[in-house]
Amino acid sequence: MDQPAAMNEPIEADVPPPAPPRIVYRHRLPTRIWHWVNALTVFVMLMSGLMILNAHPRLYWGQYGANFDHAWLELGSRPFPGWATIPSTYNLAAARRWHLAFAWVLVAGLVLFLLVSLWNRHVQRDLTPTGEEVKPKHIWNDIRQHARLRFPTGDAALRYNILQKLSYAAVIFVLLPLMLLTGLAMSPAIDAAWPWLLDIFGGRQSARSIHFICAAAILAFILVHLVMVALAGPINEIVSMITGRFRVPPERTEE
Amino acid sequence: MIGRRRFIAAASSGLLLGGCDRLNNSPGFRSVLRSAEGLNLRAQRLVSARDALAREYSEADMSPFFRSNGTAHPGTPEYARHLAENFANWRLVVDGLVARPLSIPLHVLKSIPHRVQITRHDCVEGWSAIGEWHGLELSRILEAAGLSTRAKYIVFHCADRFGDKPYYESIDLIDAFHPQTIMAWGMNGHLLPVPNGAPLRLRVERQLGYKHAKYVQRIQAVETLAGIHGGKGGYWEDNVDYEWYAGI
Repeated sequence: MDQPAAMNEPIEADVPPPAPPRIVYRHRLPTRIWHWVNALTVFVMLMSGLMILNAHPRLYWGQYGANFDHAWLELGSRPFPGWATIPSTYNLAAARRWHLAFAWVLVAGLVLFLLVSLWNRHVQRDLTPTGEEVKPKHIWNDIRQHARLRFPTGDAALRYNILQKLSYAAVIFVLLPLMLLTGLAMSPAIDAAWPWLLDIFGGRQSARSIHFICAAAILAFILVHLVMVALAGPINEIVSMITGRFRVPPERTEE
Repeated sequence: MIGRRRFIAAASSGLLLGGCDRLNNSPGFRSVLRSAEGLNLRAQRLVSARDALAREYSEADMSPFFRSNGTAHPGTPEYARHLAENFANWRLVVDGLVARPLSIPLHVLKSIPHRVQITRHDCVEGWSAIGEWHGLELSRILEAAGLSTRAKYIVFHCADRFGDKPYYESIDLIDAFHPQTIMAWGMNGHLLPVPNGAPLRLRVERQLGYKHAKYVQRIQAVETLAGIHGGKGGYWEDNVDYEWYAGI
C-alpha cells in the first residue's frame, strides 16, 4: 500500500490483461422456448402423476392387475406427500384434469421441437453422436472427466459432449415418446382404436408400470441436469438458456 | 445455515404449491383444464372407428378375482326386497325420447339370445381386471323402444345411493350403439354378484369403470343432460368433477 508506484509496475506488467469474455450464440429460440415450457410442463406432469398414483399405489406386469393380484411395486396408502403432488391434498379428479390437459402441451411441444430441430438441423448437428464419439475409449474418457468434475472449456464447451448427447437423445427420442405411448395405452378408447399398443407393451398394466419407470427416469435426468448446471456455472448456463448467449469458459492452462 | 436453506426450500415450495392450489381453485383456470376433456373426446373419436372393438381376451387371461368398487351393496329396503326375491320382480324401464316406452321384466331380458365378451375393466384409480360378461346389446333395447331422432344421450338410473344422492350415469349414442355396449346380467359364468351390480349393469367397454353403471333400473333417452340431477351426466361428474367422457 505504501509501496512506491514504481515498484508495482513491473509486477503488473507480468500478468497478462484478462481476455474479454467470449460470448457465443448457443441456444436458438425454439430450443429455449421448448426448454422453459417443458420445465413447467414436466413438473406439472410429474406432480399430478404422483397424485394419480396415490389413488392406487401398486404396479403390476401384464394385462390386468388389482388389489388381489401380485404387484411388483407396492407403496402404502397415499404414499406421496402434499409438496410432491398437484393438487396438494388428495383429489384424483383434479389431478386427472391437470395431467390430461398438460399432456397436450407436452406432446405438442415435443412434436414441434422435433420438426423444427430436424429442419434447422439441430438434431443432426448437435445431438447426433459422431462415429469418433461413440467409441468406448472416448465414452470412457468422458465419464472419467465428468467424475473428476472437469468440464470442457474453450471450443470444446461449445459442443455437447457424448454423455450430454446420449442423455438428451434418451429423453427426447426414448423417454418422452414412451411416456406418450404408455399413457395412450392406458386409455380404454385408444386401446380399442390401436390394439397394437397393448401388444408392444404387453398389456395395460405393463404400460402403466413402464409409464412410472420412464417418469422416474425423467426425474433422475432432471436432478442430474440441475446438478450439472450448478457445477458448470449456474448463472452463465441459465442466462444462456434465456437469452441464448453463452459465455465460453476460458481454456484451462495446463497444470 | 441449514435452517435458512430449509426455510427457503419450504417457502419456495410453499409458493409453488400455493400457486398450483390457487390455480386449481380458480374457476377460469379450471375451465381451461376442463376444455381438454372435449379435446380428448374429439381426438379419440377422430382416430377410432365408430365400432372399433375393445380387446376381447381368452379365459386364460381372466383375473383370478374380479374386485368391485364403489357401492358393494345398495342397502335400501327396496333393494333388499328385490334381493330376497332373487330379482324376480326387477324390471328395466326404458323411457324418455322413445316411441314405445318399455318395462322389461328381468327374466324376459335374460331369455333373449345375448352376447358374451371377456373384456378388461379399467378403473379411474389405475387398476384393471378382466372378466367375462353376459348381456343384451343396448342397441337392441333402444331399437325395440324406437329411439327418437331427437335423443342425444342415454341416461342410466341406478338403485344405489351415495348419501342422499342416487347413482346415475350417461353416454352418448356412439357408445350406446357400440356392439360391445351391453346390459350385463351375468359375470364369469354366473349371475351378476351384488358387489358387481346385480341384477343388471352397463358395460361400456371403451370407457373407465365409473361409467359402467350398476344396479340399473331405468334407461332414459334425453336430448340434453341439463336438468338431470346435477346436470353433468353422472354422480361422480356432478359431485367430484370426474370427466363425463372417460375414454382415458
